[in-house]
Amino acid sequence: MPINIDAPYKPRIREALADLSVRKAVDRAMGQLAERREKAVDAIDNKSMRNEAREIREQAIRDLPVLLTELETNLIRNGCDVHWARTGGEANRILNTIAQNHGVRTAIKSKSMVTEEIHLNDSLEEIGVKVVETDLGEYIIQLAEEPPSHIVAPVVHKGVKDISELFQEELGMEPTMDPAIMCDTARKELRKHFLVADMGISGCNFAIAETGTLCIITNEGNGRMVSSLPPVYVVVAGIEKVVPRVEDAILLWQAATRNATGQDASVYFSMTSGPKKDDHADGPTEIHVILVDNGRTKVMEKGYADALMCIRCGACMDVCPVYREIGGHAYGRTAYPGPIGSILTPLMNENIDIGKDLPFASSLCGACRDACPVKIDLPRLLLELRNDLSEEKIVDPLQNLLVRSFTQILKHPKCYLVGTKVAGLVSKLSGGASQTFSKLPSPFNRWTKSRVLQKPSPHTFRKIWKESQKNPQASKHSPLETPSTTGAHQSDQDIHQ
Amino acid sequence: MNSSQLDTKTADTRVGLFVSCIVDVLYPKVGLATTKLLAEQGVEVVFPENQTCCGQPAFNAGHQKDSFALATNFLNTFAPMLEQGEISSIVVPSGSCAAMVKHSYAALIEKNYTPSLAQKYAMVAENIYELSEYLVDILKIEISPPDQPQKNVTYHPCCHLLRDLKIDRQPRLLLKNYTNENLRSLPEDETCCGFGGLFSLWNEEISVEMGLRKARNLKECGAELVVVNDAGCMTHLNGILIKEGHSCRAIHIAELLAENGTD
Repeated sequence: MPINIDAPYKPRIREALADLSVRKAVDRAMGQLAERREKAVDAIDNKSMRNEAREIREQAIRDLPVLLTELETNLIRNGCDVHWARTGGEANRILNTIAQNHGVRTAIKSKSMVTEEIHLNDSLEEIGVKVVETDLGEYIIQLAEEPPSHIVAPVVHKGVKDISELFQEELGMEPTMDPAIMCDTARKELRKHFLVADMGISGCNFAIAETGTLCIITNEGNGRMVSSLPPVYVVVAGIEKVVPRVEDAILLWQAATRNATGQDASVYFSMTSGPKKDDHADGPTEIHVILVDNGRTKVMEKGYADALMCIRCGACMDVCPVYREIGGHAYGRTAYPGPIGSILTPLMNENIDIGKDLPFASSLCGACRDACPVKIDLPRLLLELRNDLSEEKIVDPLQNLLVRSFTQILKHPKCYLVGTKVAGLVSKLSGGASQTFSKLPSPFNRWTKSRVLQKPSPHTFRKIWKESQKNPQASKHSPLETPSTTGAHQSDQDIHQ
Repeated sequence: MNSSQLDTKTADTRVGLFVSCIVDVLYPKVGLATTKLLAEQGVEVVFPENQTCCGQPAFNAGHQKDSFALATNFLNTFAPMLEQGEISSIVVPSGSCAAMVKHSYAALIEKNYTPSLAQKYAMVAENIYELSEYLVDILKIEISPPDQPQKNVTYHPCCHLLRDLKIDRQPRLLLKNYTNENLRSLPEDETCCGFGGLFSLWNEEISVEMGLRKARNLKECGAELVVVNDAGCMTHLNGILIKEGHSCRAIHIAELLAENGTD
């Protein structure tokens, strides 16, 4: 049972944590993806690849206007139609017009996160176009009427049993748990749509400026079908997808596949440079490229250009200990979950309520930063976002109050001393032999619900130190060996009981 | 028996101790153990009383202005001592505090730049050490297994220590020697325990689930003690281990080495 993805943050997290079957599926999938990724990057000089990949993406973002102009020129020269969309809504309107002009009844899609981001399927369906996802994972969630939960493997939140039941219900498949039979069922079904589709839609992994070439990575061959069977092919690309040269795309393809699925290379890497020419056996007669901003320049203006270097490999969420517990749907109605999503969602989404809690949903462990093939310092960006959200007063007021009070006490050494005395007193008065609190008032009950909390020591370290300095018997090099007046050895005996 | 080999060229015998607010208030014995370990190697430990907090909780909560005030206090406390040669290094029994000072202070200084502060920061960042790093790399301490039979020990690398400071070899070396090469291997050891500072309060449910995973892994490896370098992680882990009725306990590396090692 999928969680309510539109619920407010806290209820959504609780619901996600309570769904043990999803947690089991996600845990298993992330374990596998992380393991495969590790093998694949350990097999090469990952340090060099990361540095090269970073350089390419840095150049791309730094020279974005120039490269986009070069891209457009070459796409047009190749015979493509180029459209610019400031917002997702604009992109959808452009696509709808193209669909209407061609009397499109069925559109087939290769997996694309930007199309999820702009809700492209809904928009097409509103004008009566049947949209069929052809990536197996996307096809499954389309049948289940759920959003994807991961940017590379959309259906990690489902087990084989869930998918089998879905296929039995929606496609009349015989009861089976055999993945081969399930894949074949999907394949046969999708074939029907491939052959009648009037339009193919895909995203874009890399848009090569120097040649006007659009590249997509697939493992199932559906990308090839989508980009060559129907007469009209539409590529929807975020403006940050541009890269300068062909060899840049090839290197990034390597970085993406190794980090996303642990493959040396994806099964297919489709490079499209223009519609069918007279001497070509097949291909679309028309190619439209819709270049989408939808908040990307805003991300740069706010100082988060680093986040736009992302090549959508998903490694960050594969190694994230938080994602592993809560799964992708817990991040809410966003195309981008996990660490990168916790940065992009609040920055790009018009509705700040959707993303404002995400930057805080991290223990800042840094596993994502270590994994990222383009060396995005994700924890640093999360911290900056937390600061921005606090300054804009978008944070929970109680949270704000607590931190600020705590900090005021810590700032002034005299206040600090008083604070520590109070803490010591609370500890003494709470009585009992236990060195821990099992119950505390709000908001500290958030701790004691599921954990005990170490009590403040009756004497702070600095008090003990000070006393030992006064003690004339204390030697210069072992100031703290004398127990008598300091109570040092009486302090929290502790956690070893 | 421990011996020490001081690098006599640097005559590194006086260090400034930054205990961290959490050790000061909750775990003074970690501070005492740290002092003992250093003193036994012939190092004179100085404790400047103006120290409070490194500013990490405020910084992580998104209050950089407040964090900056605390950072300024830290720098004004320790930099002059380094500049005047009163101390040669700062030692911190906390990976996350050391990482805060070494790395995150750069972001704070960038936004509030003055040449004097930048200079103080440069001085401090170059001379601040997390405890296990200082013991191994500077003091070249030799640890022997204690005489009495030991509990089963494993090691949980705290995230800031492991990934921000890239300190892992040093605590493992200390523990390898302490346990006579019987350090238990912890499954998924590099996975975050879930403390994350204030994350443990604001996202307590996720924090606890991550802690429970760590507790399961600890149970699986049969450790009775899990050694950590950060009191925050220790508080969270013990909080869960005790509540869940596990017998394993988290202990700070300073305490472990000091209580049995030396004389």
